[in-house]
Order: sequence, then structure tokens, then C-alpha cells
Amino acid sequence: MCLTAGVAKADWLQFRGPNAAAVSTEAKAPAEELKIAWTADLPGRGLSAPIVVGDKVFVTCSSGPGQETLHVFCFNAKDGSKRWERAMRATGRTMSHNKTCVAANTPCSDGDRVFALFSSNDLFAFDLDGNLLWLRGLTFDYPNASNSLGMSQSPVVIDGTLVVQSENDSESFAAGLDVATGRNKWKLERPKAANWTSATLWKGVAALQSSKGILGVDPATGKTVWNYEDGASTIPSSVVHGDLLYAVSKGITALSPEKGSVTQLWRNEKLNPGTASPLVLGDHLYVVNGAGVLIKASAKNGDESWKLRLKGPFSGSPVAAGKRIYIVSERGSFQSIDPDAPEGKVVQEIELKETVLTTPAISDGAIYVRSDAKLWKLQ
Amino acid sequence: MKLIFAPIIVLTGLPLFAAEDLSKPIEALRSVKKEGEGNEAAGKAWQAIVKADAANLAEVLKGMNGANPLAENWLRAAVGVIADEALKAKKMPVDALVAFLKDTANSPGARVVAFDLIQRADAKLAEDLTPTLLNDVSSDLRRHPVAKLIEAGDAAVEKKNTDAAIAAYQKGLGGARDEDQIKALAKKLRDLGQTVDLPSHFGFLMSWKMIAPFSNADRGGFDTVYPPEKELKFDASYEGKGKAAKWVDFTSKDEYGKIDFNKPFGMEKSVVGYAATDFLSTEDRAAEIRIGCKNGWKVWLNGELLFARDEYHRGAKLDQYKLPCQLKKGKNTILVKCCQNEQTEQWTVEWEFQLRVCDATGTAIVAAK
Repeated sequence: MCLTAGVAKADWLQFRGPNAAAVSTEAKAPAEELKIAWTADLPGRGLSAPIVVGDKVFVTCSSGPGQETLHVFCFNAKDGSKRWERAMRATGRTMSHNKTCVAANTPCSDGDRVFALFSSNDLFAFDLDGNLLWLRGLTFDYPNASNSLGMSQSPVVIDGTLVVQSENDSESFAAGLDVATGRNKWKLERPKAANWTSATLWKGVAALQSSKGILGVDPATGKTVWNYEDGASTIPSSVVHGDLLYAVSKGITALSPEKGSVTQLWRNEKLNPGTASPLVLGDHLYVVNGAGVLIKASAKNGDESWKLRLKGPFSGSPVAAGKRIYIVSERGSFQSIDPDAPEGKVVQEIELKETVLTTPAISDGAIYVRSDAKLWKLQ
Repeated sequence: MKLIFAPIIVLTGLPLFAAEDLSKPIEALRSVKKEGEGNEAAGKAWQAIVKADAANLAEVLKGMNGANPLAENWLRAAVGVIADEALKAKKMPVDALVAFLKDTANSPGARVVAFDLIQRADAKLAEDLTPTLLNDVSSDLRRHPVAKLIEAGDAAVEKKNTDAAIAAYQKGLGGARDEDQIKALAKKLRDLGQTVDLPSHFGFLMSWKMIAPFSNADRGGFDTVYPPEKELKFDASYEGKGKAAKWVDFTSKDEYGKIDFNKPFGMEKSVVGYAATDFLSTEDRAAEIRIGCKNGWKVWLNGELLFARDEYHRGAKLDQYKLPCQLKKGKNTILVKCCQNEQTEQWTVEWEFQLRVCDATGTAIVAAK
């Protein structure tokens, strides 16, 4: 992952974009002064982030008195017009904490297909034109796979395998599905504990985080490649940069996984992410703690550089492009941060005037943000 | 044959795909099973169905009758595509959809889709149909007329016409099956001095025999077969956790039917309790036992385990779990195992459940006297 050799235009294919690392790989950064280019209305709630494939923006919603109606939308990136919408019905349980909803998992794409997973464990695969390719009802298949607080683990797709997690107190599992058919390639029993983290990608290995630690599995077979067993968070997800895995474990623990082993490089227990997941930009790691304070630390040794209080609180995670970090507060305050300023500096704020509980997406120099009612393109 | 036949279809203005041509692809969608079985064939079949003319919408909807929930979603998504095209072309077959809606032999899920399509094509017609849905077999369809009656009651209150308001609210409550609407109506009626019997409306089972405490150390009690799972002897006493476990009578006074083990047995932790009751059915019939519980639990009907759930303190709500079952005429014994874990936080005090017996619409089944 060499950030300096960015590509002209890159898709944002999953939760936290390329390699689930939350950093745009595009050479062209978003404009210094961002404005709302367009706004599209959404018919339902969602904590899922948008994803971008070429000139199409995909977003999921849930609506109805019990959040049973599951929507998948495709918008034109250029003008926000709707290309297609599909509406299905939850076959699994839709109960969740009031703050979250059934459209909590961010969809992902392999560039040809979009995979939309919901908290009800309903999973749909569409081609980019909205043709339904296959579907699964993972609670229909595995009846005790659910969490009464709601689930939010976002899937990732690696070399023809869609890795999904449904980790909960009861029938807890991860599975690798064939992207063409939706059939299981493998299924792993996972720790019986509620888990809202999403997989990260480490050199082609799916890194599955849980309260027990982080398990690296071969996405093709589900077999263990390495296993870090010193515990990890069940809310913010870890992040990979280069060859290293920055685990949300007892603060942040920098790990160097190898085949069959994991070496701990450093640990800083004061780098405690709240709900937001960390990111690495250049030589530094950035963590938003539970008080809404952005902390900059060295990616090499975990030493803190500065702390910057943002307008919080935050449920969504920060993302970055070029020399800026972007994050949206629960109250809809979009903030653009210059992390190279001596103490860090918020250089632009846009009040979206809606509750935002999700993570932005970046593609083609634009930033996409969604709420329970709207999708915005900032450019 | 196809080359000759195709122009005839165009010339006669008939649908590109006659209804009978869709039977095989619809069957392919209906054949999907667990773990993705049938997905490959269904994907191909779906492509064929979405190309069908809008005149076939009712036929595609009919495919949902008796289908499993996965197949319903395949068909629901296909209907959506056909309907989008029909709306653009102003060719929605509204008469056929109304006929489909009115035929209650069709599946509730399919009829909900039909109503939504009618609404999208002709909102006025949908509004005219709404009052006819108050006692529908679909709880989703009932929501529309209940909402209208709440509006009517509110309007009457504004005009200080209390009798009209009460009549509207009571009619609405009679049809309402969803908790949010029932709660709202109960409050409005009570504000107007009316009595509302929520336990009867929901069909909560209020009187139980209960026994506790058995051990749930290390959450092992969930899978431990304690005596009440082998025999129901209400005069028996067993070795329990730190004391003898004995059966007691308990009748809930909670209007949401909560059966609270903490009341007769104290606020114990790491324990298992059981509750048993008899439900007298007037006939052999299909039913649902619906339970809300934030503890680990198991439910047996007449000795048959219906479902087991080992999740603790993630939340509870009305009808959290719906367990389809078959009641026999006469006495039906329901046994609930309710497990409390070791957590000590304030939000882990609850050791309780609520349970009702109803039909698939959520209408309470009245027990025989």
C-alpha cells in the first residue's frame, strides 16, 4: 500500500474503502474547500456506509414499523439520480437497539457485483445493473445467529470469496461464500460473544477480530494463517498499513503477523478508540477516543504527537485522502482536518443538520456521506 | 417456431411472456432452500421473470403463495423490477392487483406487495380499499386502516366529539395487532376514561406454576436437564442452588404479561427457573407461541422442544421470537426454562419472560373455559 503512488481514480468497495484501511488511494485528493454537490433522499434508516463502483454509488436502508423492508439503492455519482432500487423483506430478526437499525452493515463489491448484508442476516448479491444474482438468509439457515442489540459486521470480498461474519452470543460464525453462487466454501465457529467489528485485510488474509483476539484466515479455505490471542475490541475495528496490523487491543497494539505467528511490535494503552476505528496516514496513526478527541501517534512506536478535540460524539469512523482526514459527528458536523498542522487543525466544517452515525466514502475526489434520510456528495 | 411465433405476439398485443411460460422460472425461485441451494437456477430464472410483461404481475405474486421466505424475496425483487417498468409505461394492471389483494387465499406477504403496488399506481384507490383491511389476515395490511382510525379519533378529539373519538379508537384497537399502534390506542382510550384490557388483547398467559433456583454456574444450566424437564410434579421438591427448589403459584399483574422470577424467588444470579402452564384449546389448530425474553430460554409444548436461545441481556420485546406450533384440542402444557447469568450490572437484573398464544396474524387465541 504505497500512498504516494496513487491511482487516478479508485473505487471505494467496502467499509473503510481500499483494503479496509480508510485511506483513499487516489492521486487526486478532494478539493480543499468542499461543497455539497448533490443530495439524494433515502426512504429508510441506515448506519451502513455508501460504497462507490465506477460511476455508481450504492447504499442500503431499512424501513417499516419493524425495519423489515430492506432496500438496496444505486445512484449516479454524477448527479445523484436513482439508477435502480430493490426492496426485499427481512427473513431474520430485525430487533436492534434504538440507536442502530437493520441497515447497519456496509455493503461491499468485487467491482462486478454488490453484496448487501443486513443485521437480519439477509444477504443479497446484485450485479451493477440491479439484477439479483443470489440471496441468502443466514438466520433462516442458522436459526440462532442473531443479536437482539443488532449486528453490524460488514463483509469483505477477496479473490472470489465473500467473507461474512455473524458473531453473537449464541450461534456465532464466520463463513466464506462463493461470490458467483452464494454457497458456502467454508464456515467457522466463532467465539460466542456479541461482536460489531468488521474484517480487515492483511496481505490477502481476512483478519477476523473478536473479544478473543484477531484470527487471520485464508479466505479461500477458512484455514488459520495466524492467530493473535491477546484480546481485542468488539466495536472499533483494527487497521492494516503496509505489513503491519494495528490492532484495537488493549489500546492499540502494533502487530507483525507472519505465517503461523504474530509478533508484537509495540503497545500504547492510552490510544483508546471509542466507537470509531483508527486509521494510518503516512507515518502516523490516528485514533478518535470516546470523548471525541483525535489523537495523533507515531505508527512506528505509538508515541503521541498531539490531541485535538473535535465536535463529537462519533459513531462513524474517520477516513482520509491526500493530506486531510474527514469525519462526521453524530450531530451531522462534517469536519475536515489538517493532521500536519502543529497541533492538528479543523480546516472546514459543514453542518449537514442530520444525525449521521456512519463512515464516509471517497472516490474520484468526492466524499459521500449518508444519514437516515439523505445521501450527500461533497466535492 | 420462435421466429414465427414472436411477430404474432407483437401484432396481437399480447404479453411477451404468457403466464404459463413463467411457471418454470417461478418454480425455480420457489425451489431455493437453505445454504444457497438452488441459487444458480434461481438467478437464471429471475432474469427470465423480470422480462415479463406487467400483465403477469399477479401470476408472479401468486408464486409467493406457500413459498419459503427466501423464495418470497426472489419473487418480491422480481415483482419490483416488473412494477418499476409498468409504472413508467403506465401499464400497472391495477384491476388484477385489486383482485389479488381481495383474495385472502393468497399469501399475506404477496398481498402486502400487491397493496403497495396499488398505492404506487393509484393512491386514491388504495385509500378507498384501506377500510376493508381492518380485519385482514395480514397484520401489515391492518396497519393502514388502524392508522386512519387513529387519525379519525384524533380529529374527533379536536372537535371535542368524545363519543366519536372513543368509537374510532375502539374500532382501531379491535383491528390493531402491532404493539406501537396498540399502545397508542390504549393510551388514547384511557385518556378518555375508557378501560383497556391489554393482557386479554394480546393473549398473554398470566398464571403459571414456577420453580427455582437450579444452578446456572458458568452458564452450564442452560444445557443441564433438571427434573422439571423430565417430570412435572408440582408437589415435588428438588435440590436447588443453595436451597430446595419448589413449585409456587404465580399470577402476573403486569399488563404486558411479564412473568418475573425475581418476585417469588428473589434476585438470584447464575440460576435456572422453570414455569409451566396449561393452555386449553377448543380445537386442533396451528398457532404461534410468541415469547419475549432477555435471558437464556427454552420452550416446550406438550413435551416437544420448540426453540432454545442462549443469549443474555441484549434486550427483550413483545413477540421477540415467534414459534410456530400445533395445538391439540384440550390441554396443552407449555414449559419455559428461563436462565439468569452471572452479570451484576443494573441492566442485568431481569429474570423474566412474557408469552402469548396467538395465530399468525398476532390475534390472541382465546383459551377454552
